[in-house]
Amino acid sequence: MLKFPIYLDHNATTPCDPRVVEAMIPYFTNNFGNAASRNHPFGWQAEEAVEKSREQVAKLIGADPKEIIFTSGATEADNLALKGVFEMYASKGNHIITCNIEHKAVLDTCKHIEKEGGEVTYLKVNPDGLVNLEELEAAIKPTTILIAIMYANNEIGTVMPMKEISAIAKKKGVLVFTDATQAVGKIPVDVNKDGIDLLAMTAHKMYGPKGVGALYVRRKNPRVKVTAQIDGGGHERGMRSGTLNVPGIVGFGKACELCMHEMESEAKRLSALRDKLENALLKLEEAYINGSQHHRLPHVTNISFKYVEGEGLMMGFNKEIAVSSGSACTSASLEPSYVLKALGLGDDLAHSSLRFGLGRFTTEDQIDYTIEQVTKTVNKLREMSPLWEMYKEGVDMNSIEWAHH
Amino acid sequence: MAYSEKVLGHYQNPKNVGTLDKNKSNVGTGLVGAPECGDVMRLQIEVDEATGLIRDAKFKTFGCGSAIASSSLATEWLKGKTVDEAVKIDNMEIVEELNLPPVKIHCSVLAEDAIKAAINDYRKKNGLPELKFEESVVH
Repeated sequence: MLKFPIYLDHNATTPCDPRVVEAMIPYFTNNFGNAASRNHPFGWQAEEAVEKSREQVAKLIGADPKEIIFTSGATEADNLALKGVFEMYASKGNHIITCNIEHKAVLDTCKHIEKEGGEVTYLKVNPDGLVNLEELEAAIKPTTILIAIMYANNEIGTVMPMKEISAIAKKKGVLVFTDATQAVGKIPVDVNKDGIDLLAMTAHKMYGPKGVGALYVRRKNPRVKVTAQIDGGGHERGMRSGTLNVPGIVGFGKACELCMHEMESEAKRLSALRDKLENALLKLEEAYINGSQHHRLPHVTNISFKYVEGEGLMMGFNKEIAVSSGSACTSASLEPSYVLKALGLGDDLAHSSLRFGLGRFTTEDQIDYTIEQVTKTVNKLREMSPLWEMYKEGVDMNSIEWAHH
Repeated sequence: MAYSEKVLGHYQNPKNVGTLDKNKSNVGTGLVGAPECGDVMRLQIEVDEATGLIRDAKFKTFGCGSAIASSSLATEWLKGKTVDEAVKIDNMEIVEELNLPPVKIHCSVLAEDAIKAAINDYRKKNGLPELKFEESVVH
């Protein structure tokens, strides 16, 4: 029996695993102490829980617990990494290299840093969504203090060549920061094997609660420091003040532990379902996958259905199936997805895209139903599309003078 | 953003989807918008030469639910009007009828543009001067 709505937007957020919620509850009611209260059992209990979570989080990424700073999420971790390094290493330089498909939390922070006198290079990605390693190396100069490249992209699921990127960075003595929000808990991420110096992650993308995340800051080889962006008490080794979100952190730790154990089998299961969905939808004429098919997350697919607009498409089934689109109509700014544009996709294909993000609780029945509904809706909208009609008649749409307004 | 019942109604049961023969002299075709903008509407009217009334109207739209609904509604309103009456259809009437939120008003503007383009095409084919319209105002 299918339950509606079906959720296939796991890149946006994920439900809390019931085991995570169970772990958190005592810390709302009975064990409610402030982890910084050093002088009584309430505080000691809270601190113990936090330190246990710190270990669980660290283990998932191959780090030492002392290297984990808890934050309110990945956006804050991104801010702390970028601004924190920019300020701490100001005497060394002011140049940061990133790429043009980063999450807004990175891009907007870089824009802010530019206003503060920083210099930022935004590397272009290739049509597969990958950074060019030669271009990266060529962009490094004596004033470069940080390379910031996301581990996996949230819209297209493309996984960047982190080992190669960090090898180049090491050679030139530049720190590497990665926003690994979409990768942690889904594919193996190891700060040592991957040569990472700073890493941002969040709980709510891996079946944990919203409102809590972490920044990994390397302590050895080299020892990295960041200037705190939030002052007030010196929590988290002086790098991030503020009372710790104990229940959230407990949930985060539990979520990491579950991912640690279930990640491999989950990835296998989900990539099979994702492939089934993708192959069925590719049977439709003029359907295209966006982003690399070889270097990507196992549970994501981003597909454009030419001649049909994304929001209109979603309207055909969004009461029953939740996905998202790169269409301008779905964004507050009315701009189509900048990630899809960066791939070199025409705007019309960006408007025609759907992103499917599968998850821990996705079933084959849900995928079968989704295949049926999406196929039906694409066909129905194509019947209503003047562009589809023109395509079928062999009209060259590039030759038409569209009336812009 | 939740859609109004009316928008959903037009989307689920669009009334006049289709194509008229653009080569006929009593058919006016308006094609507005651009694929890069995510909105393209093709609106066609068939005018009864004897009475001057629009006896059929068809549309096809590449766009979001509000764009589809706006153009579908336009074809419903066009049927039975004279060409001169049709010119008077204002985008804000579409906005009110469909309860379009501010961010979707441009869909109604495009529908109004499509109507005017179809009318001008018809006029051109029948030796009438094309009407000049002021820039549609987005409220």
